[in-house]
Amino acid sequence: MSLYDVFSISSSAMAAQSTRLNTTASNLANANVDASSPEEAYRARQPVFQTVLAAEGGRGVRVAGITESQTPPAQKHDPGNPLADENGYVYTSNVNPVEEMVNMLSASRTYQTNVQVMDTTKQLAMRTLQLGQGQ
Amino acid sequence: MSIINDRLFGIHDDALMLQERSLKVRAENIANADTPGYKARAMSFDRAMETALEGRSPSSMGAAGRLKTDDPRQITAAGASSGVREGFSVPDAPALDGNTVDPDAERVGFTKDAVGYQTTLSFLNSRISGIKKALGGQ
Repeated sequence: MSLYDVFSISSSAMAAQSTRLNTTASNLANANVDASSPEEAYRARQPVFQTVLAAEGGRGVRVAGITESQTPPAQKHDPGNPLADENGYVYTSNVNPVEEMVNMLSASRTYQTNVQVMDTTKQLAMRTLQLGQGQ
Repeated sequence: MSIINDRLFGIHDDALMLQERSLKVRAENIANADTPGYKARAMSFDRAMETALEGRSPSSMGAAGRLKTDDPRQITAAGASSGVREGFSVPDAPALDGNTVDPDAERVGFTKDAVGYQTTLSFLNSRISGIKKALGGQ
């Protein structure tokens, strides 16, 4: 029955969106982390979504992988920092907080929409089960 | 559907199945609102109507034009038994990543389909209570 497929489709989307929220939280938490070399600096992570065919014939979504941003980390002259290299530079993560906030809003909106879809579907399924029970 | 069903419920049982499929397609589009390259799909009721008006039964066309599949994940050529096809919806403004889902339109469409589904359910409900009364006598 298609109504039950909706549950698996929406739950796959909710799982994917919460992965996206997770990476956003991780990026924001590490936004100001310093490192002694560009290689060690934290790089912003983003999930890559992919359409997946569920066993019931529904087209859900899954996280195909996590990519790291290739933007070079910011270089700061801060000789007093214990992490500074021999030239007195530290390397901060390449996380863009504004981008991350937008990402967070977008993920939470999509998550909410999928919850609403599930809720409506549940109501419809309950009504279908109660078919003919009233007077 | 059998003759008994046709007489009992008229078009409503077929309508319920179609609305259910349309809800599923909408849910798929909403789930893939952020998937790069995803092409939004929509049910095309117009073509089924045209086919019906041309005098060919949509159900017989579906049976003839459909490919045999042995795995539920395979895509059938002519949609399900009703002959109503799924097509790609034409986007107003496709995103740069190739995604053609319009989230607002899909949400409105989902609500519309849900209301349509509930309407069909109330038709069915009143039909069932009518039959119950007729069977009960008095």
